Parts: sequence; structure tokens; C-alpha cells
Amino acid sequence: MRGRKPLKFKNNTLALDATDLKILEVLQEDARQTYTAIGKRLGIAHSTVYDRIRRMEQHGIIKKYTTMIDAEKTGTKNITAIMTIYTDPKESEKVAEKLCMAPQVLEVYTSLSEELQIIAKVVAENQESLHTFIANSIAPLHGVLRIRTSIVTKKFKETQLSIANDPKKLTLIKETYRIKEEKIK
Amino acid sequence: MNIENATKILRTVPREKAFYFFTSIGNYTGESASSLKEFMEKINEVNVKSLEFHLCRRDFEKWINEVLEDKRLAEEIAKLQKTNLTGDSLRHQLYHTVWKRYQQLTSGF
Repeated sequence: MRGRKPLKFKNNTLALDATDLKILEVLQEDARQTYTAIGKRLGIAHSTVYDRIRRMEQHGIIKKYTTMIDAEKTGTKNITAIMTIYTDPKESEKVAEKLCMAPQVLEVYTSLSEELQIIAKVVAENQESLHTFIANSIAPLHGVLRIRTSIVTKKFKETQLSIANDPKKLTLIKETYRIKEEKIK
Repeated sequence: MNIENATKILRTVPREKAFYFFTSIGNYTGESASSLKEFMEKINEVNVKSLEFHLCRRDFEKWINEVLEDKRLAEEIAKLQKTNLTGDSLRHQLYHTVWKRYQQLTSGF
């Protein structure tokens, strides 16, 4: 959108409006669409799409364009496991950081229920290599109290957080920008 | 067995070389042993499922052979693996095997 007023910043973040969110939603469905195709779909000029995408890239809202691969179809027979690592609260940050450094660890979270836990998703070639990795690289870390591991037997759903499944963003589109929404439709 | 060899076998190894007790693939009990003495003590403390799991996988003999470098004890444990003992009988026999060797190693001091 040329000649548009500078966007508002809150805590150094870019304030997004309904059009930005719609563009993000469309990009998350297919990031290879042209600016023209996105513009046509949303009823806005391709130059607006270009400007807004560029701005969101510059502000790190769009971090990167990547490819989702169906690992099963590539013929790889990896196994996936979910590890719950019970830790000494003083050491949990360091344990989580070390986990993040391991290439076979895909996701790392901390959680506080009765005890401080780190939850991590890990892939391995087979059960033996999973066990070797946990025994040699995770169990010896300072602050690891015990580990529970569940091997995934069947995957029912795997998706990324997107505009389409973020309730807060959807409400923003539907309520705050109702008029624009209608125009877009 | 000379004192030098016995000392080597009885040494405390760094934590990355310690034995970590699991009850199944990826399920770490929180118990570990960094020396033969500690290993012997833990035999009486850990869940017996852990002893069954590691004996079946031959993890004990591998650690004792490769880390503590005690071929003789590793061979004794390999024999135990063939007996298919489980539960408290296994715990008792394993403890006895390690205790006997520990006594031999410490008797020279």
C-alpha cells in the first residue's frame, strides 16, 4: 500500500491489521503464490501485497519460507519419541539449551506441573540409536533427575501454528476489522 | 591381579562414562554408578526391571569391559545372562557376582 502512514509499533513489534493477517494466512497455505495471485484472492493490489510482505519480512514476522516434507514418503524409517525430562529447577535452562543443540531434537519445551519438566520431541534411526542418544547424551547432563520416553506409534495430526488456528488473530480479523473482512470477501 | 590393575578397575569414572540405569528404552530411573563400588550398591537399590533390562541387552558386561576394563567380571556377568534369571533371584545373583569380584580386587590393599 503506497503512501500508507507509518505502521504503529508496540514494544518494537509491528502492529498488524486484518489485511496483513489475511496475507499471512494465504502464505501459510502456500508460500509459493505470486503477489498477483494473493492480491486477486484478497481483492487488493499486488503492490500492496508486495509492500506488506516486505515489511513483515523486515520486521521478522515472516521468518523464512520453508518446505514441509512428508518423511514417510521419502522412504526414511525414522522413529519419533516424546521425552519428558524431570530436572533440578536450577539446571533446567542449561539442560534445555543443551537439548536444543542436538540435531536429533526437534522441539524443546519447559513445563511446570508438580515438578519442573522439559518436554522434547526427538527423532532417531531406530530404538537402539534413540536409547544410545538418551543414555550417552541426555542422562549424563547435570540436573537431569529422570527421563520418561514415549515412542510415537502413529501420527494423527501435525501442523504449525498459523493464522487459521490462532484464536486471538481470528478474533482480531473478525471483530476489529469486520468491515475490511467483508470487503476482502 | 596386581594393585595397579585393581586400582584402575576400582577408579571413579567421569559422569559421561558412568552407568545409567534405565527400565526400558529411553526411560532413565535417575540412578547411576561411577565406580564398581557404586555399581554394586545400586544393584540393591534400583528397580529390578532395570537389572532385567540391562542384563538382557548385555549393557552391564559391556560397561564393565569397556569402561572399567575388567574382562574377568564382564565374563562372569555374561555367564549370568545365560541363566535367564529374573526378579530378586537375578538381583541376588548379580550382587553376589559383583561383590565377590569387589572383595578380590580390594583384598590386595
